Amino acid sequence: MEHRRLVLAAAAFTLASVLFLTLGARGNWSFALMFRAERLLALAVVGTAVAWSTIAFQTVTGNRILTPSIMGFDALYLLIQTMLVAALGGLGAATLGALPRFGIETGLMIGAALVLFAVLLRRGADLTLLVLTGIVFGILFRSLAGLVNRLIDPSEFAIVQGAAFARFTTVDDRLLWIGTAATALAAALLWRRRDRLDVVALGRETAIGLGIDHDREARRLLALVAVLVSVSTALVGPVVFFGLLVSAITHGIAGTWRHATVLPLSGLVSATILVGGQTLFERVLAFETSVSVVIEGLGGLVFLFLIFRRSAR
Amino acid sequence: MIEIDEVSATLGGTRVLDRVSARIAPGRVTALVGPNGAGKSTLLAVIGRLLKPSSGTVRLDGREISAIPSPDLARRLAILRQATQIAPRLTLRDLVGFGRYPHSGGRLGDADRAIVETCLAELDLAPFADRHLDSVSGGQRQRALIAMTLAQTPGVLLLDEPLNNLDLGHVRRTMDVLAARARAGTAVVVVLHDLTVAARFADDLVALKAGRLFASGPPEDVLTADTLSALYETDIAVHDVAGTRVVMA
Repeated sequence: MEHRRLVLAAAAFTLASVLFLTLGARGNWSFALMFRAERLLALAVVGTAVAWSTIAFQTVTGNRILTPSIMGFDALYLLIQTMLVAALGGLGAATLGALPRFGIETGLMIGAALVLFAVLLRRGADLTLLVLTGIVFGILFRSLAGLVNRLIDPSEFAIVQGAAFARFTTVDDRLLWIGTAATALAAALLWRRRDRLDVVALGRETAIGLGIDHDREARRLLALVAVLVSVSTALVGPVVFFGLLVSAITHGIAGTWRHATVLPLSGLVSATILVGGQTLFERVLAFETSVSVVIEGLGGLVFLFLIFRRSAR
Repeated sequence: MIEIDEVSATLGGTRVLDRVSARIAPGRVTALVGPNGAGKSTLLAVIGRLLKPSSGTVRLDGREISAIPSPDLARRLAILRQATQIAPRLTLRDLVGFGRYPHSGGRLGDADRAIVETCLAELDLAPFADRHLDSVSGGQRQRALIAMTLAQTPGVLLLDEPLNNLDLGHVRRTMDVLAARARAGTAVVVVLHDLTVAARFADDLVALKAGRLFASGPPEDVLTADTLSALYETDIAVHDVAGTRVVMA
């Protein structure tokens, strides 16, 4: 049954991919296919990173209405954009080059997350305190970004605003391959830990009783989550609620709690939504708007639904 | 053999265990008894390495428990905490299967599956094995949690109030299963509030009061009216009914 669901999800992703690659293609097909294939890869990589990081984060925290974004990754990303524009000017930031910018963004986001995890979890703080600290840092980063935004030129502020929304259509080629490699590596390490994730989901004390060094395992899993979120954010921009939408759909259709099924299924669901959504918006409806706005809106609604459902219990 | 030496523990700044020493022998059922807040659950958590003692040592077969790698310890010692909450929507069979994780790493072989089925049957859970935890009674859920610890096939079994939510028949059945494990060589440590059950099934008792060791020894030494009245600070009578001690407050 679980196998069948995976096959169906893979079929849905394949269909969405074929439509994305071929619908409306004219002229030189080999060029069109190559161009679109790169964008398809970007959507699949970001979809997998968002989905796997959200599933792992929810398992570690034991909470299905949380996403790693709550730890302030998006706020730190915006602060980095703001500081770059403030320090280098609009032109300087724009001409910084994709690779150095990607290095600065991922380095700072991963570094900040690892410092936070290492300091708090080594001192024996529980995960709730960790999440709350992340939220407070997110507020701090947002406030700092807001302060600097008031000091910079309005035209430079427009550049910062442009980075505030995810954009799935413009990913630099070189970044795509680096992002793909980093995501594949983190995903492979997470996949190796899929059975441990099952045990971690039982809760701290039960996991320790079954031989898992829970605190060390939580640190490692959160480090992998930090890598996935940082890379996907640096590739396309902040994605806050999309992971929640993917997680809710995946858990709704998976029919199992085993991460051996849930992880690949979430990746397929996520990539299918991104690729299918992009195809629908770009090729069928011919909208100029970014699909991320709509997907984030849907994710926000799922967030509210999950909160109200939990309150009603 | 578990050797507990001068163990103290603190929770939220309050000392809840104060230099407790005890020996727990294999092949015996040891009941941890005492009033609420005596430190029974804390002592169990310290033995199970869920809580680090502020001082003192716990040794398992001569080796300090903190020096034993977690996977090794999980193969030798299983612990069930009071009011364990399991978030994922598991079937009873899935839950009991987790007991084999320390041995199988999550990939159950035929031998693991056979052990899971035996543990389910031992606690009368076979008919409900494919039902989810949220669709069974509190007693069935509690038995499934006990079955999970049995499936670990440990040398030491630590159970914190395992008889919660169980009807009389299943109290008897569960204690019979635990006593059988003890006869097979397992050191079984059970936190109990029902002293008549303790009198009937325990080989040894360790009584705690206000975080300190109050009394220890076989039931005939500990389960006396004087000792229990002093332990619980209320008048307690102990009667002999058909060879079994019945404790009445």
